[in-house]
Amino acid sequence: MPRTDTLARQESRLAYRLISPTLLIVLVVVVLPVIWTISLAFQDVRLINLRDAGFFGEYNLDNFSTVFGSSGFWSSLWITVVYTVGATLGSIAIGLVAALALRRPFRGRGLLRAAMLLPYVAPVVAATFVWSVALNPQFGIVNAWGTRFLGWDEPVPFLSQRDYSVGLFGVDVTVPLALLTVIAFEAWRYFPFAFLFLIARLQALPGELDEAAVVDGTSIWQRFRHITLPQLMPVIALLTILRFIFTFNKFDDVYLLTGGGAGTEVVSIRVYEFLTARTDIGAAAAQSLVLAAVLTVFIAVYLRTAGARGETS
Amino acid sequence: MSVDTVATAPPRTPSPPRRRRSRARSREERVWGTLRVVTIVVLALVTIVPFLYMLVLSVRPIAEVLLDPGRLWVSPSEFTADTYREVLTSVDDGGQGFLQYMGNSALVATVTVIVTLVASILGAYAVSRLAFRGRGASGALFLVVYLFPPILLAIPLFVLFSQLSLRGNLLALAIVYVAQTVPVAIYMLRNYFATIPVSLEEAALIDGCTRFGVIRRISLPLSMPSLIATGLYVFMIAWNEFLFALLFLVERRDNWTVSLGLSRLSGSIEVPTTVLMAGSVVLTVPIIALFFLAERMLVEGLTSGAEKG
Repeated sequence: MPRTDTLARQESRLAYRLISPTLLIVLVVVVLPVIWTISLAFQDVRLINLRDAGFFGEYNLDNFSTVFGSSGFWSSLWITVVYTVGATLGSIAIGLVAALALRRPFRGRGLLRAAMLLPYVAPVVAATFVWSVALNPQFGIVNAWGTRFLGWDEPVPFLSQRDYSVGLFGVDVTVPLALLTVIAFEAWRYFPFAFLFLIARLQALPGELDEAAVVDGTSIWQRFRHITLPQLMPVIALLTILRFIFTFNKFDDVYLLTGGGAGTEVVSIRVYEFLTARTDIGAAAAQSLVLAAVLTVFIAVYLRTAGARGETS
Repeated sequence: MSVDTVATAPPRTPSPPRRRRSRARSREERVWGTLRVVTIVVLALVTIVPFLYMLVLSVRPIAEVLLDPGRLWVSPSEFTADTYREVLTSVDDGGQGFLQYMGNSALVATVTVIVTLVASILGAYAVSRLAFRGRGASGALFLVVYLFPPILLAIPLFVLFSQLSLRGNLLALAIVYVAQTVPVAIYMLRNYFATIPVSLEEAALIDGCTRFGVIRRISLPLSMPSLIATGLYVFMIAWNEFLFALLFLVERRDNWTVSLGLSRLSGSIEVPTTVLMAGSVVLTVPIIALFFLAERMLVEGLTSGAEKG
């Protein structure tokens, strides 16, 4: 059928024309830079000899051996993983609790629902600034209240102390204070995102199952555990992977809160330091590549285990 | 990663254990009911109080704050608007120049929204309506843009923009933002376009309308809510963005965005915290106002699509 053939060809030509602006921008601003980064990672490039650095230079593995050989990189990678897992789980857990609490209507729910999105919508610079002022040991409200009402002996330097020992049931436990604070911030800022997805799904769930279970005399916890939660699992899986990707690559939140100090130097911040302070572009590129590679491996493993679990059940 | 799988996933129902506990029921419900109220109150406090704190600090004199840091209200005698005056007046007149930064942010965000919407309307239409090879790969676009850390893109873009002397240029920054927002915009719009009946478009095509005519006269008017939601979301991302602004604009103070301005000044000791709080309010209010104007549309557009954060 030659006629339909030309029509189809016309259609696909039009489609390419329509999508070309998008492709062009993504090509220039994303794909080419990624390829260029790969090339830079294998060359000795500093800010000084940047102008001579072309696409074809002297390729070697020096940057990678520097990166893998430094202990700073490994601890930074570990911090990134802890930070990402903590923030992802934290934001989804709070989001789930919030979605369950706001599931049934009550007076003022609409307003509260909107207010709950504030941390997510507000600019990150403003949010981090409020947090760092509130947590400030000299004039922050948290420490002012903590020492006045909660009987803290002295102000707690939430964002500037790496290790903090707390007495827990008579035992002194050392906790990575600044890292925990940063994770708490991230969970606070992104729980609205999980909340939105979860409450949308919750309200679309059919009510019959729940009603049948009520007739059967099940407890509220049983109904949540065996009826509601399994139906939410697909959304939770989606949220986990989205939040994991975005948090793993995160730069601004930690940078603005601690500047990467006090044991919170995630890889993104390390790359930034190499790029600006040390002007070692090659090593910066190599580290950012390793970051992307590690993320890819995590996602592949996650998808495989999640996929395998989906097949068996 | 498609949300469609979420919506169509079959509900799994393990049979609940049969047990009769009607006497325990009312007590159980009371316990959970109380827990629910407590949760709601805590959540409200946790989300609202930080912003209240921001507002309160922005109108208190710095000396009062240092004297009594634990106060979450303003007494009428200490109320001051000087912080706002200082933060908004231009640097030449002894202020912090936030009015100019707001202009810069608004310019970058508006350009980003316009370019992103044009590109994504065309792209989303092609993906949802036209058959072509590679149509299914549009998800790959999503992955390519968001899998790599922005800092990885920042390195070559930093180099490229330096060589083209485009660093410090607001429009060049907007193009970077377009690349960061166009995949999610296509995703949101595509879902909406898919709900418009094809028969409407076919009728118009038979009547002699061109494809562009169809997009302009049928798809766009029908998808206004989704367009507004997508535009808002893109505006939000562009207005709030920090990393690329930091890398590209830091040496050009006259081109700073509000986010960059606030973060640069919060490091210095000379500017009082209360003045910077006024800056935070100025940075936050436009976004929150826009958000409340279109909350419902935005939430629906987001949860039926995907997200960038």
